[in-house]
Amino acid sequence: MDELEVRSVNKEYYSSRSKETVTALDCISLKVEGGQFACLVGPSGCGKSTLLKIIAGLEPKRDGIVLLDGKEVNGPSWKRGMLFQDFALPPWKTVQQNIELGPKFRGVAKKDREALAVELIKLVGLKGFENKYPHELSGGMQQRCALARTLANDPDMLLLDEPFAAVDAQTREILQEELLKIWGEELPQKKRKLVILVTHSIDEAVFLSDLVFIMTARPGCVKEVYRNPLGRPRSMAIKSTQPFLDAKNYLWERLKDEVLTAIKQGYQ
Amino acid sequence: MLNRIKRIALQSSVLVGILVIWQLLCGVILPETNPDVIAILPPPSMVLEQAIKLISNGQLFVHILKSMQRVIIAFVVSCVLAIPLGIAIGWWKRFEDMVDPLMEILRPIPPLAWIPLGILWLGIGDTQNIFIIFLGIFFPVLVNTISGVKAVDKNLIWAALTLGANQRQIFREIIVPGSLPFLMTGLRVGLGVGWMCLVAAELVASTRGLGFMIQDARYLLLTERVILGMLVIGLLGYAMDRGMRYLQWLLLPWYVTSR
Repeated sequence: MDELEVRSVNKEYYSSRSKETVTALDCISLKVEGGQFACLVGPSGCGKSTLLKIIAGLEPKRDGIVLLDGKEVNGPSWKRGMLFQDFALPPWKTVQQNIELGPKFRGVAKKDREALAVELIKLVGLKGFENKYPHELSGGMQQRCALARTLANDPDMLLLDEPFAAVDAQTREILQEELLKIWGEELPQKKRKLVILVTHSIDEAVFLSDLVFIMTARPGCVKEVYRNPLGRPRSMAIKSTQPFLDAKNYLWERLKDEVLTAIKQGYQ
Repeated sequence: MLNRIKRIALQSSVLVGILVIWQLLCGVILPETNPDVIAILPPPSMVLEQAIKLISNGQLFVHILKSMQRVIIAFVVSCVLAIPLGIAIGWWKRFEDMVDPLMEILRPIPPLAWIPLGILWLGIGDTQNIFIIFLGIFFPVLVNTISGVKAVDKNLIWAALTLGANQRQIFREIIVPGSLPFLMTGLRVGLGVGWMCLVAAELVASTRGLGFMIQDARYLLLTERVILGMLVIGLLGYAMDRGMRYLQWLLLPWYVTSR
Protein backbone atom coordinates (compact mmCIF):
# COMPACT_ATOMS: atom_id res chain seq x y z
CA MET A 1 0.00 0.00 0.00
CA ASP A 2 1.45 3.33 -1.04
CA GLU A 3 -0.81 6.08 0.20
CA LEU A 4 -3.74 6.90 2.41
CA GLU A 5 -5.63 10.05 1.62
CA VAL A 6 -8.51 11.59 3.52
CA ARG A 7 -10.25 14.21 1.40
CA SER A 8 -12.53 16.88 2.94
CA VAL A 9 -14.27 14.61 5.42
CA ASN A 10 -17.09 16.10 7.48
CA LYS A 11 -18.78 14.50 10.41
CA GLU A 12 -21.87 15.69 12.20
CA TYR A 13 -23.90 14.09 14.89
CA TYR A 14 -27.04 14.94 16.75
CA SER A 15 -26.46 15.65 20.42
CA SER A 16 -29.48 14.58 22.45
CA ARG A 17 -28.16 16.59 25.40
CA SER A 18 -28.01 20.02 23.74
CA LYS A 19 -30.67 19.06 21.17
CA GLU A 20 -28.70 20.32 18.22
CA THR A 21 -26.47 19.07 15.45
CA VAL A 22 -22.81 19.26 16.38
CA THR A 23 -20.03 19.41 13.81
CA ALA A 24 -17.35 17.04 15.04
CA LEU A 25 -15.01 17.16 12.05
CA ASP A 26 -14.87 20.06 9.66
CA CYS A 27 -13.39 19.40 6.27
CA ILE A 28 -10.49 17.18 7.27
CA SER A 29 -7.89 16.42 4.62
CA LEU A 30 -4.66 14.57 5.13
CA LYS A 31 -2.21 12.37 3.30
CA VAL A 32 0.08 9.67 4.69
CA GLU A 33 2.56 7.63 2.68
CA GLY A 34 2.87 3.88 3.01
CA GLY A 35 5.29 2.88 5.79
CA GLN A 36 4.95 6.18 7.63
CA PHE A 37 4.07 6.50 11.27
CA ALA A 38 1.57 9.34 11.68
CA CYS A 39 0.13 10.69 14.91
CA LEU A 40 -3.05 12.67 15.41
CA VAL A 41 -2.80 14.98 18.40
CA GLY A 42 -5.39 17.42 19.59
CA PRO A 43 -7.41 18.46 22.61
CA SER A 44 -10.23 16.32 24.00
CA GLY A 45 -13.38 16.41 21.94
CA CYS A 46 -11.65 17.45 18.72
CA GLY A 47 -12.83 14.30 16.96
CA LYS A 48 -9.46 12.60 16.47
CA SER A 49 -10.80 9.21 17.53
CA THR A 50 -13.84 9.75 15.33
CA LEU A 51 -11.55 10.42 12.38
CA LEU A 52 -9.69 7.19 13.07
CA LYS A 53 -12.98 5.27 13.13
CA ILE A 54 -14.00 6.87 9.86
CA ILE A 55 -10.74 5.68 8.31
CA ALA A 56 -11.40 2.23 9.77
CA GLY A 57 -14.86 2.32 8.19
CA LEU A 58 -16.64 1.98 11.53
CA GLU A 59 -18.27 5.41 11.62
CA PRO A 60 -20.31 6.95 8.84
CA LYS A 61 -19.26 10.38 7.58
CA ARG A 62 -21.43 13.16 6.24
CA ASP A 63 -19.33 13.71 3.16
CA GLY A 64 -15.78 13.50 1.90
CA ILE A 65 -13.87 10.38 0.92
CA VAL A 66 -11.17 8.09 2.25
CA LEU A 67 -8.83 6.82 -0.46
CA LEU A 68 -6.34 3.96 -0.33
CA ASP A 69 -4.00 4.09 -3.30
CA GLY A 70 -6.59 6.21 -5.04
CA LYS A 71 -9.47 3.80 -4.41
CA GLU A 72 -12.34 4.82 -2.19
CA VAL A 73 -12.91 2.65 0.87
CA ASN A 74 -16.19 2.17 2.65
CA GLY A 75 -16.89 -0.07 5.60
CA PRO A 76 -14.43 -1.96 7.80
CA SER A 77 -11.86 -4.43 6.53
CA TRP A 78 -9.23 -6.66 8.10
CA LYS A 79 -6.69 -4.80 5.95
CA ARG A 80 -7.09 -1.86 8.30
CA GLY A 81 -6.36 -3.34 11.74
CA MET A 82 -7.29 -1.38 14.81
CA LEU A 83 -6.28 -1.20 18.46
CA PHE A 84 -8.61 0.26 21.07
CA GLN A 85 -7.93 2.12 24.28
CA ASP A 86 -9.81 -0.53 26.28
CA PHE A 87 -8.15 -3.40 24.33
CA ALA A 88 -11.52 -4.79 23.15
CA LEU A 89 -10.62 -8.40 23.94
CA PRO A 90 -13.70 -10.63 24.37
CA PRO A 91 -13.35 -11.78 28.00
CA TRP A 92 -14.54 -15.29 27.13
CA LYS A 93 -11.60 -15.95 24.82
CA THR A 94 -8.13 -16.87 25.99
CA VAL A 95 -5.03 -15.09 24.69
CA GLN A 96 -4.54 -17.82 22.09
CA GLN A 97 -8.18 -17.75 20.98
CA ASN A 98 -8.16 -13.96 20.79
CA ILE A 99 -5.09 -13.92 18.59
CA GLU A 100 -6.59 -16.58 16.29
CA LEU A 101 -9.79 -14.59 15.88
CA GLY A 102 -8.87 -12.63 12.73
CA PRO A 103 -7.55 -15.62 10.77
CA LYS A 104 -10.57 -17.60 11.99
CA PHE A 105 -12.93 -14.96 10.59
CA ARG A 106 -11.09 -15.11 7.28
CA GLY A 107 -11.33 -18.88 7.12
CA VAL A 108 -7.68 -19.80 7.76
CA ALA A 109 -7.32 -23.50 8.66
CA LYS A 110 -7.10 -24.29 12.36
CA LYS A 111 -3.58 -25.70 12.18
CA ASP A 112 -2.21 -22.69 10.30
CA ARG A 113 -3.75 -20.11 12.59
CA GLU A 114 -2.54 -21.97 15.66
CA ALA A 115 1.01 -21.91 14.36
CA LEU A 116 0.65 -18.23 13.51
CA ALA A 117 -0.64 -17.42 17.00
CA VAL A 118 2.26 -19.25 18.64
CA GLU A 119 4.69 -17.15 16.62
CA LEU A 120 2.94 -13.88 17.48
CA ILE A 121 2.67 -14.77 21.16
CA LYS A 122 6.45 -15.09 21.15
CA LEU A 123 6.83 -11.80 19.28
CA VAL A 124 4.81 -9.78 21.81
CA GLY A 125 6.27 -11.59 24.82
CA LEU A 126 3.18 -13.43 26.04
CA LYS A 127 4.71 -16.91 26.07
CA GLY A 128 3.28 -18.90 28.98
CA PHE A 129 0.05 -16.87 29.01
CA GLU A 130 -1.60 -18.58 26.02
CA ASN A 131 -4.45 -20.02 28.02
CA LYS A 132 -5.10 -17.06 30.30
CA TYR A 133 -8.26 -15.01 30.03
CA PRO A 134 -7.89 -11.25 29.50
CA HIS A 135 -8.97 -10.37 33.04
CA GLU A 136 -6.08 -12.43 34.37
CA LEU A 137 -3.59 -10.15 32.56
CA SER A 138 -2.33 -6.64 33.28
CA GLY A 139 -3.38 -3.78 31.01
CA GLY A 140 -0.03 -3.80 29.26
CA MET A 141 -0.27 -7.51 28.54
CA GLN A 142 -3.83 -7.16 27.30
CA GLN A 143 -2.75 -4.52 24.80
CA ARG A 144 0.14 -6.76 23.69
CA CYS A 145 -2.41 -9.48 23.09
CA ALA A 146 -4.60 -7.08 21.10
CA LEU A 147 -1.58 -6.03 19.03
CA ALA A 148 -0.72 -9.64 18.26
CA ARG A 149 -4.35 -10.24 17.32
CA THR A 150 -4.27 -7.36 14.86
CA LEU A 151 -0.91 -8.46 13.40
CA ALA A 152 -2.24 -11.98 12.86
CA ASN A 153 -4.17 -10.62 9.89
CA ASP A 154 -1.04 -8.94 8.48
CA PRO A 155 -3.01 -5.75 7.68
CA ASP A 156 -1.74 -2.98 5.40
CA MET A 157 -2.41 -0.37 8.00
CA LEU A 158 -2.57 -0.09 11.79
CA LEU A 159 -5.04 2.30 13.35
CA LEU A 160 -4.23 2.83 17.02
CA ASP A 161 -6.78 4.66 19.16
CA GLU A 162 -4.93 5.88 22.27
CA PRO A 163 -3.59 2.36 22.72
CA PHE A 164 -1.51 3.13 25.80
CA ALA A 165 -3.86 5.52 27.60
CA ALA A 166 -5.17 2.80 29.90
CA VAL A 167 -1.82 1.44 31.08
CA ASP A 168 0.46 2.88 33.74
CA ALA A 169 3.14 5.42 32.81
CA GLN A 170 6.13 3.07 33.12
CA THR A 171 4.53 0.29 31.10
CA ARG A 172 3.55 2.87 28.51
CA GLU A 173 7.20 3.82 27.90
CA ILE A 174 8.16 0.16 27.48
CA LEU A 175 5.26 -0.49 25.14
CA GLN A 176 6.14 2.53 22.99
CA GLU A 177 9.62 1.17 22.47
CA GLU A 178 8.31 -2.33 21.76
CA LEU A 179 5.79 -0.97 19.29
CA LEU A 180 8.56 0.66 17.25
CA LYS A 181 10.52 -2.57 17.27
CA ILE A 182 7.56 -4.74 16.24
CA TRP A 183 6.56 -2.21 13.60
CA GLY A 184 10.01 -2.71 12.09
CA GLU A 185 11.65 0.64 12.64
CA GLU A 186 14.87 -0.61 11.14
CA LEU A 187 13.25 -1.91 7.97
CA PRO A 188 13.12 0.27 4.85
CA GLN A 189 9.94 2.34 4.65
CA LYS A 190 8.53 0.18 1.84
CA LYS A 191 8.41 -2.88 4.10
CA ARG A 192 6.72 -1.19 7.05
CA LYS A 193 3.05 -0.79 7.70
CA LEU A 194 1.36 2.57 7.62
CA VAL A 195 0.40 3.52 11.17
CA ILE A 196 -1.98 6.17 12.42
CA LEU A 197 -1.95 6.67 16.16
CA VAL A 198 -4.30 8.93 18.09
CA THR A 199 -2.89 10.30 21.31
CA HIS A 200 -3.21 13.01 23.94
CA SER A 201 0.43 12.80 24.72
CA ILE A 202 2.85 15.08 22.89
CA ASP A 203 5.71 13.05 24.30
CA GLU A 204 4.29 9.88 22.74
CA ALA A 205 3.67 11.60 19.40
CA VAL A 206 7.22 12.91 19.16
CA PHE A 207 8.77 9.62 20.20
CA LEU A 208 6.83 7.47 17.73
CA SER A 209 6.00 9.55 14.69
CA ASP A 210 7.34 10.58 11.32
CA LEU A 211 4.44 12.94 10.90
CA VAL A 212 2.20 14.72 13.40
CA PHE A 213 -1.20 16.13 12.50
CA ILE A 214 -2.06 18.87 14.96
CA MET A 215 -5.81 19.20 15.25
CA THR A 216 -7.85 22.20 16.36
CA ALA A 217 -10.50 22.20 19.07
CA ARG A 218 -14.00 21.24 17.96
CA PRO A 219 -14.99 21.36 15.18
CA GLY A 220 -11.78 19.46 14.45
CA CYS A 221 -9.68 20.21 11.42
CA VAL A 222 -5.98 19.85 10.68
CA LYS A 223 -4.18 22.94 11.92
CA GLU A 224 -0.71 21.94 10.89
CA VAL A 225 1.28 18.99 9.59
CA TYR A 226 4.51 18.65 11.52
CA ARG A 227 7.38 16.63 10.03
CA ASN A 228 9.29 15.02 12.84
CA PRO A 229 13.03 15.64 12.34
CA LEU A 230 14.18 12.82 14.66
CA GLY A 231 15.99 9.94 12.98
CA ARG A 232 15.39 6.24 13.43
CA PRO A 233 15.85 3.84 15.15
CA ARG A 234 14.94 5.53 18.42
CA SER A 235 15.31 4.36 21.98
CA MET A 236 14.09 5.75 25.26
CA ALA A 237 17.38 7.67 25.62
CA ILE A 238 16.31 10.04 22.89
CA LYS A 239 13.74 11.56 25.23
CA SER A 240 16.37 13.57 27.07
CA THR A 241 18.08 14.94 23.93
CA GLN A 242 17.70 18.56 22.83
CA PRO A 243 16.05 17.86 19.42
CA PHE A 244 13.39 15.77 21.18
CA LEU A 245 12.69 18.50 23.74
CA ASP A 246 12.62 21.16 21.01
CA ALA A 247 10.07 19.15 19.06
CA LYS A 248 7.95 18.73 22.17
CA ASN A 249 8.08 22.45 22.96
CA TYR A 250 7.17 23.37 19.43
CA LEU A 251 4.15 21.05 19.35
CA TRP A 252 3.00 22.29 22.72
CA GLU A 253 3.23 25.90 21.53
CA ARG A 254 1.05 25.09 18.56
CA LEU A 255 -1.41 23.05 20.58
CA LYS A 256 -1.83 25.30 23.61
CA ASP A 257 -4.46 27.64 22.15
CA GLU A 258 -6.53 24.68 21.03
CA VAL A 259 -6.43 23.12 24.47
CA LEU A 260 -7.52 26.44 26.00
CA THR A 261 -10.42 26.62 23.54
CA ALA A 262 -11.40 23.06 24.40
CA ILE A 263 -11.41 23.96 28.08
CA LYS A 264 -13.78 26.83 27.34
CA GLN A 265 -16.00 24.42 25.41
CA GLY A 266 -16.07 22.25 28.47
CA TYR A 267 -14.24 19.22 27.08
CA GLN A 268 -11.00 19.31 29.00
CA MET B 1 -11.82 -24.46 53.45
CA LEU B 2 -11.92 -23.60 57.14
CA ASN B 3 -13.98 -20.54 56.31
CA ARG B 4 -16.38 -22.69 54.38
CA ILE B 5 -16.85 -25.07 57.28
CA LYS B 6 -17.38 -22.10 59.57
CA ARG B 7 -19.97 -20.65 57.21
CA ILE B 8 -21.87 -23.89 56.88
CA ALA B 9 -21.79 -24.34 60.66
CA LEU B 10 -23.17 -20.84 61.15
CA GLN B 11 -25.87 -21.29 58.55
CA SER B 12 -27.02 -24.64 59.91
CA SER B 13 -27.01 -23.40 63.50
CA VAL B 14 -29.43 -20.62 62.49
CA LEU B 15 -31.73 -23.17 60.84
CA VAL B 16 -31.50 -25.58 63.78
CA GLY B 17 -32.09 -22.71 66.21
CA ILE B 18 -35.29 -21.68 64.44
CA LEU B 19 -36.51 -25.28 64.38
CA VAL B 20 -35.84 -25.68 68.12
CA ILE B 21 -37.65 -22.44 69.01
CA TRP B 22 -40.54 -23.37 66.73
CA GLN B 23 -40.76 -26.86 68.28
CA LEU B 24 -40.70 -25.51 71.84
CA LEU B 25 -43.24 -22.79 71.10
CA CYS B 26 -45.77 -24.81 69.11
CA GLY B 27 -45.13 -28.24 70.57
CA VAL B 28 -44.75 -27.47 74.27
CA ILE B 29 -45.43 -23.92 75.50
CA LEU B 30 -48.47 -22.72 73.53
CA PRO B 31 -50.52 -25.97 73.52
CA GLU B 32 -50.63 -25.78 77.34
CA THR B 33 -52.93 -22.77 77.19
CA ASN B 34 -54.58 -23.44 73.83
CA PRO B 35 -54.47 -26.95 72.32
CA ASP B 36 -55.84 -25.63 68.99
CA VAL B 37 -52.49 -24.06 68.23
CA ILE B 38 -51.27 -27.21 66.45
CA ALA B 39 -54.01 -26.76 63.84
CA ILE B 40 -52.83 -23.23 63.08
CA LEU B 41 -49.10 -23.77 63.30
CA PRO B 42 -48.07 -27.35 63.95
CA PRO B 43 -44.54 -27.96 65.34
CA PRO B 44 -41.78 -29.30 63.06
CA SER B 45 -42.12 -32.75 64.59
CA MET B 46 -45.63 -33.05 63.12
CA VAL B 47 -44.39 -31.80 59.73
CA LEU B 48 -41.66 -34.43 59.86
CA GLU B 49 -44.18 -37.11 60.80
CA GLN B 50 -46.28 -36.08 57.80
CA ALA B 51 -43.21 -36.15 55.58
CA ILE B 52 -42.33 -39.69 56.66
CA LYS B 53 -45.91 -40.79 56.06
CA LEU B 54 -46.11 -39.29 52.58
CA ILE B 55 -42.67 -40.53 51.63
CA SER B 56 -43.37 -44.08 52.75
CA ASN B 57 -46.64 -44.30 50.83
CA GLY B 58 -44.95 -42.70 47.82
CA GLN B 59 -47.45 -39.86 47.52
CA LEU B 60 -44.93 -37.08 48.02
CA PHE B 61 -42.84 -38.22 45.07
CA VAL B 62 -45.89 -38.39 42.84
CA HIS B 63 -46.61 -34.73 43.65
CA ILE B 64 -42.99 -33.66 43.32
CA LEU B 65 -42.56 -35.41 39.98
CA LYS B 66 -45.74 -33.91 38.59
CA SER B 67 -44.78 -30.39 39.66
CA MET B 68 -41.22 -30.73 38.42
CA GLN B 69 -42.51 -32.03 35.13
CA ARG B 70 -44.74 -28.97 34.73
CA VAL B 71 -42.01 -26.51 35.72
CA ILE B 72 -39.43 -28.13 33.44
CA ILE B 73 -41.75 -28.28 30.41
CA ALA B 74 -42.74 -24.65 30.97
CA PHE B 75 -39.07 -23.73 31.38
CA VAL B 76 -37.99 -25.43 28.16
CA VAL B 77 -40.84 -23.91 26.16
CA SER B 78 -40.08 -20.46 27.60
CA CYS B 79 -36.41 -20.73 26.68
CA VAL B 80 -37.12 -21.95 23.16
CA LEU B 81 -39.39 -18.96 22.56
CA ALA B 82 -37.88 -16.21 24.72
CA ILE B 83 -34.18 -16.59 23.90
CA PRO B 84 -34.38 -16.25 20.10
CA LEU B 85 -37.02 -13.54 20.44
CA GLY B 86 -34.89 -11.68 22.99
CA ILE B 87 -31.81 -11.89 20.78
CA ALA B 88 -33.81 -10.58 17.82
CA ILE B 89 -35.25 -7.69 19.83
CA GLY B 90 -31.87 -6.78 21.29
CA TRP B 91 -30.12 -6.96 17.93
CA TRP B 92 -32.56 -5.29 15.51
CA LYS B 93 -33.45 -1.81 16.72
CA ARG B 94 -36.32 -1.61 14.24
CA PHE B 95 -37.84 -4.80 15.54
CA GLU B 96 -37.50 -3.53 19.09
CA ASP B 97 -39.29 -0.30 18.20
CA MET B 98 -42.07 -2.36 16.69
CA VAL B 99 -42.72 -4.76 19.55
CA ASP B 100 -41.60 -2.72 22.54
CA PRO B 101 -45.01 -1.24 23.51
CA LEU B 102 -46.66 -4.64 23.19
CA MET B 103 -44.03 -6.24 25.42
CA GLU B 104 -44.22 -3.49 27.99
CA ILE B 105 -48.01 -3.83 28.23
CA LEU B 106 -47.98 -7.60 28.50
CA ARG B 107 -45.09 -7.78 30.94
CA PRO B 108 -46.74 -6.26 34.05
CA ILE B 109 -49.80 -8.53 33.80
CA PRO B 110 -49.37 -11.15 36.53
CA PRO B 111 -49.40 -14.72 35.19
CA LEU B 112 -52.27 -15.49 37.57
CA ALA B 113 -54.48 -12.96 35.79
CA TRP B 114 -54.18 -15.17 32.73
CA ILE B 115 -55.86 -18.12 34.47
CA PRO B 116 -59.40 -17.39 33.19
CA LEU B 117 -58.19 -17.00 29.63
CA GLY B 118 -55.99 -20.04 30.04
CA ILE B 119 -59.02 -22.11 31.02
CA LEU B 120 -61.03 -20.78 28.07
CA TRP B 121 -58.26 -21.46 25.59
CA LEU B 122 -56.72 -24.63 26.88
CA GLY B 123 -59.45 -26.16 29.00
CA ILE B 124 -58.82 -27.44 32.46
CA GLY B 125 -55.84 -29.70 32.73
CA ASP B 126 -52.12 -29.98 32.42
CA THR B 127 -51.66 -27.67 29.46
CA GLN B 128 -53.39 -24.82 31.24
CA ASN B 129 -51.23 -25.36 34.35
CA ILE B 130 -48.08 -25.34 32.27
CA PHE B 131 -49.25 -22.23 30.41
CA ILE B 132 -49.44 -20.20 33.63
CA ILE B 133 -45.98 -21.32 34.76
CA PHE B 134 -44.66 -20.64 31.26
CA LEU B 135 -45.86 -17.03 31.46
CA GLY B 136 -44.03 -16.61 34.74
CA ILE B 137 -40.74 -17.82 33.25
CA PHE B 138 -41.07 -16.25 29.81
CA PHE B 139 -40.70 -12.55 30.64
CA PRO B 140 -37.68 -12.65 32.96
CA VAL B 141 -35.84 -14.74 30.36
CA LEU B 142 -36.91 -12.41 27.54
CA VAL B 143 -36.03 -9.18 29.34
CA ASN B 144 -32.63 -10.47 30.45
CA THR B 145 -31.79 -11.78 26.99
CA ILE B 146 -32.58 -8.37 25.50
CA SER B 147 -30.41 -6.64 28.12
CA GLY B 148 -27.66 -9.17 27.53
CA VAL B 149 -27.51 -8.50 23.81
CA LYS B 150 -27.59 -4.76 24.39
CA ALA B 151 -24.90 -4.91 27.05
CA VAL B 152 -22.35 -6.37 24.64
CA ASP B 153 -19.52 -3.86 24.45
CA LYS B 154 -19.64 -1.93 21.18
CA ASN B 155 -15.85 -1.95 20.94
CA LEU B 156 -15.90 -5.76 20.83
CA ILE B 157 -18.16 -5.60 17.79
CA TRP B 158 -15.97 -2.94 16.22
CA ALA B 159 -12.82 -4.93 16.93
CA ALA B 160 -14.37 -8.00 15.31
CA LEU B 161 -15.35 -5.93 12.26
CA THR B 162 -11.80 -4.68 11.80
CA LEU B 163 -10.59 -8.28 12.15
CA GLY B 164 -12.68 -9.29 9.16
CA ALA B 165 -15.83 -10.70 10.76
CA ASN B 166 -19.08 -10.82 8.82
CA GLN B 167 -22.49 -10.36 10.46
CA ARG B 168 -22.97 -14.07 11.11
CA GLN B 169 -19.54 -14.37 12.74
CA ILE B 170 -20.17 -11.30 14.90
CA PHE B 171 -23.38 -12.89 16.01
CA ARG B 172 -21.88 -16.27 16.83
CA GLU B 173 -18.53 -15.18 18.26
CA ILE B 174 -19.47 -11.93 20.01
CA ILE B 175 -23.19 -11.38 20.56
CA VAL B 176 -24.19 -14.84 21.74
CA PRO B 177 -21.33 -15.51 24.17
CA GLY B 178 -21.38 -11.86 25.29
CA SER B 179 -25.02 -12.04 26.32
CA LEU B 180 -24.71 -15.38 28.15
CA PRO B 181 -24.13 -13.92 31.64
CA PHE B 182 -27.35 -11.92 31.50
CA LEU B 183 -29.14 -14.85 29.95
CA MET B 184 -28.10 -17.13 32.81
CA THR B 185 -29.40 -14.57 35.29
CA GLY B 186 -32.68 -14.52 33.35
CA LEU B 187 -32.93 -18.29 33.52
CA ARG B 188 -32.39 -18.26 37.28
CA VAL B 189 -34.92 -15.52 37.91
CA GLY B 190 -37.35 -17.20 35.52
CA LEU B 191 -37.10 -20.54 37.29
CA GLY B 192 -37.77 -18.80 40.60
CA VAL B 193 -40.87 -17.05 39.28
CA GLY B 194 -41.98 -20.33 37.70
CA TRP B 195 -42.01 -22.05 41.08
CA MET B 196 -43.97 -19.14 42.50
CA CYS B 197 -46.66 -19.57 39.85
CA LEU B 198 -46.85 -23.30 40.44
CA VAL B 199 -49.23 -23.33 43.40
CA ALA B 200 -51.70 -20.95 41.80
CA ALA B 201 -51.52 -22.79 38.49
CA GLU B 202 -52.24 -26.11 40.16
CA LEU B 203 -55.27 -24.58 41.90
CA VAL B 204 -57.19 -25.19 38.73
CA ALA B 205 -58.34 -28.72 38.13
CA SER B 206 -55.22 -30.67 38.86
CA THR B 207 -55.24 -33.86 40.87
CA ARG B 208 -51.53 -34.10 41.48
CA GLY B 209 -48.67 -31.73 42.13
CA LEU B 210 -47.33 -29.86 45.15
CA GLY B 211 -49.75 -26.96 44.62
CA PHE B 212 -52.66 -29.38 44.54
CA MET B 213 -51.31 -31.13 47.63
CA ILE B 214 -51.25 -27.85 49.54
CA GLN B 215 -54.76 -26.88 48.49
CA ASP B 216 -56.11 -30.33 49.21
CA ALA B 217 -54.53 -30.34 52.68
CA ARG B 218 -56.07 -26.95 53.42
CA TYR B 219 -59.57 -28.34 52.91
CA LEU B 220 -58.72 -31.20 55.25
CA LEU B 221 -57.17 -28.77 57.75
CA LEU B 222 -53.97 -30.82 57.60
CA THR B 223 -51.84 -27.77 58.31
CA GLU B 224 -48.67 -29.83 58.72
CA ARG B 225 -49.13 -31.09 55.16
CA VAL B 226 -49.54 -27.50 53.93
CA ILE B 227 -46.27 -26.56 55.58
CA LEU B 228 -44.59 -29.68 54.22
CA GLY B 229 -45.67 -28.74 50.69
CA MET B 230 -44.37 -25.22 51.14
CA LEU B 231 -41.01 -26.45 52.43
CA VAL B 232 -40.63 -28.92 49.57
CA ILE B 233 -41.28 -26.15 47.03
CA GLY B 234 -38.71 -23.98 48.79
CA LEU B 235 -36.12 -26.75 48.82
CA LEU B 236 -36.69 -27.71 45.19
CA GLY B 237 -36.45 -24.09 44.08
CA TYR B 238 -33.24 -23.73 46.05
CA ALA B 239 -31.76 -26.93 44.62
CA MET B 240 -32.60 -25.89 41.06
CA ASP B 241 -31.03 -22.47 41.57
CA ARG B 242 -27.86 -24.09 42.91
CA GLY B 243 -27.88 -26.31 39.85
CA MET B 244 -28.14 -23.27 37.59
CA ARG B 245 -25.31 -21.56 39.43
CA TYR B 246 -23.18 -24.65 39.00
CA LEU B 247 -24.02 -24.64 35.30
CA GLN B 248 -23.01 -20.98 35.12
CA TRP B 249 -19.69 -21.78 36.76
CA LEU B 250 -19.18 -24.64 34.32
CA LEU B 251 -20.17 -22.74 31.16
CA LEU B 252 -18.82 -19.28 31.93
CA PRO B 253 -15.57 -19.71 33.82
CA TRP B 254 -14.34 -16.37 32.49
CA TYR B 255 -17.37 -14.59 33.90
CA VAL B 256 -17.46 -16.13 37.35
CA THR B 257 -13.77 -15.60 38.04
CA SER B 258 -13.71 -12.05 36.71
CA ARG B 259 -16.29 -10.92 39.28
